[in-house]
Amino acid sequence: MELLTATLVRGVGIGSTYALIAVGFVIIYRATDVVNFAQPALMILGAYFTWFFVRGLGMPFVAGVLLAMIVMAAFAGLTERVALRPMVGEPPFAAAMVTVGVFFALLILSFRLIGTNVISMGDPWGVERIDFLGTRVAQVDLAMTVLSLTAIGLVGLFLTRSKVGLAMRATALDQETALAQGVNVGRMFGLSWAISGATAALAGMLIAARAGAVTPLDAFVALKALPVIILGGLDSIKGSVYAGILIGVAESLTRTYQPALAPGLGSNFDVIVPYLIMIVALMVRPYGFYGTPEVQRV
Amino acid sequence: MTEQSDRTPTGKTPIATSSRATLRGRPMLYTEYARDQALLNTPSKRLWTALLVITMFAMPFLPFITRSGLSDMTRLMALAIGAIGLNLVTGYAGQVSLGHAFFVGIGAFTGAALGGSPTTNVVGYELDLLIWLPAAGLVAGLVGLILAPLAARVRGLYLAILTLGLVFIGEHIFKEMVFISGGQGVGRRGPSPSILGFELYVPHEILGIQFVREAPFFYFVLILLIVMGVLARNLARSKMGRAFAAVRDRDIAAEVMGVPLLQTKVVAFGISSFYGGVCGALLAVAFGQLTPENFGGLGGLLLSVQFLAIILIGGVATISGPIIGASFVVLMPRLVQAYAGSIPFVGSGSLLSVQQLEGILFGVLIVLFLVLEPRGLFGLWLRVRNYWKAWPFSY
Repeated sequence: MELLTATLVRGVGIGSTYALIAVGFVIIYRATDVVNFAQPALMILGAYFTWFFVRGLGMPFVAGVLLAMIVMAAFAGLTERVALRPMVGEPPFAAAMVTVGVFFALLILSFRLIGTNVISMGDPWGVERIDFLGTRVAQVDLAMTVLSLTAIGLVGLFLTRSKVGLAMRATALDQETALAQGVNVGRMFGLSWAISGATAALAGMLIAARAGAVTPLDAFVALKALPVIILGGLDSIKGSVYAGILIGVAESLTRTYQPALAPGLGSNFDVIVPYLIMIVALMVRPYGFYGTPEVQRV
Repeated sequence: MTEQSDRTPTGKTPIATSSRATLRGRPMLYTEYARDQALLNTPSKRLWTALLVITMFAMPFLPFITRSGLSDMTRLMALAIGAIGLNLVTGYAGQVSLGHAFFVGIGAFTGAALGGSPTTNVVGYELDLLIWLPAAGLVAGLVGLILAPLAARVRGLYLAILTLGLVFIGEHIFKEMVFISGGQGVGRRGPSPSILGFELYVPHEILGIQFVREAPFFYFVLILLIVMGVLARNLARSKMGRAFAAVRDRDIAAEVMGVPLLQTKVVAFGISSFYGGVCGALLAVAFGQLTPENFGGLGGLLLSVQFLAIILIGGVATISGPIIGASFVVLMPRLVQAYAGSIPFVGSGSLLSVQQLEGILFGVLIVLFLVLEPRGLFGLWLRVRNYWKAWPFSY
């Protein structure tokens, strides 16, 4: 029972962070119809800046994290302006390839910046454990859950309650109509990238805090957000949250129980569980749980 | 967008008689559909194809071709076979696949298991190339056929990410099947190519002519590329090929016209995987040593992207395109390495390493081609050709 609770808490924690990364993908996809493959690199750079502000400059942890999010928001907005804005009107596949290019460029940048440094976050949680529902669980798992879901909630509130959020949703719905109503569509593109950059920075910090340290190759953890967005639906924030937690929990359960219950599946089977869930789910619902089915005009 | 898409309207003009005399001096005048669709339908195509084939066969004897250059050419042609397969499913049938490396990996390990020699931890049956090469293609093709109905349910980005998942699942399977793959980070030797006792990877002397160690296998892959290229081209201009194009251009319209969607997509995936498997088995020989990381996970993802780059740079929905693209992908790194010394900020210890420069160049070129010339290098060639065909008029 204790093992189960600890496994579930860990799964929800990791799953919420997957959901946070996925929300970054979804926001950009809704605004610009582009899957942003540069997201993993933004995540690593976010972790780097958190380390730089907290450990390098000695700022308080919370201030360092917030500043890193702001820096990454500005950085992502700038990237959109420089690399992606010229791609408006080009085939979506070309724009997706541009984000792959941006990904490799930023990955090279993060290799340069990080070098031989050990990027640890200096977070207040460390390896501490606390009592939760009668079980000792890692603080960082709870922190991941609370911070990720809070951040997603804030993004959701911003989109539904603020005037700018309304403009963003209008852009997502129909760019030309939004333009006709006086929405600055280009600025909305930049803003969606900025929000994504900020959520990626937070996710990067959480992943680095969970792992103890981060290297540029940890960027590929963010690829697990791809099954999440497919499972939840490419354009649904709600779907990302549910799918993220589902995949996180499934992965965590597999990691705990599969070596004992089904050793025949091999070691590290949990790594491919997200992809297997994605394939099975696509059989049932080709547009994910909450994705909008593409309407075809005949 | 077939290779004939640049036909002039006069090519379709029906006339009553079609004697050789009418055609002389008017090479673009076709009076029958079959002639129009012929493989080498102009004299210049016949001439240049013949010259190219002769050059390729003379390649091992050209003075400036080193032995490593020869094995690069072999790898190039193996990659071209795989890319032709990907172009059938992605270019002709319009189903974007990021999972091609998975099928290439299946072919590579099938070939290695059937054709390689056993060690303490891997199996190897040391069979003939005539058995393990078709088997590699068939096993990959069979897996493709099994997975295709799943892939046929989804489209666009969903399909791309679904096939991306295959690469990661493939990595796990390759790592776990230690008796075939040698296991994580260890790997195994590739198959040794021999046809009916004739070894393809040793020096030979035939009729007094010396062949270096790489030459016989080079010739074998060259002949295979020609055969499989012609087969693919024939498929593309057959009923099935037109069904592929119909599904790509508008799947609902294709269905209305009576093209069976599921069946067409399944066939496209199956044939593409077969080509991928053959490519994998040939690469296994060319690599010599193969590990699960070559074809799964991150390495597999990069290989898949490389195949996509080959068809995008070469030319989507063409057969010669993947060959041009593969030449580009294999030969450009050699050029970059040769001239890296004279480019500022490049080299070990400075701003960019040579590999990073290669990566950046690839990325930039892919994007430039997608935006400026979606038909790839093949499209550039069409432009040049059409300019000179109409010269001195602009059209």
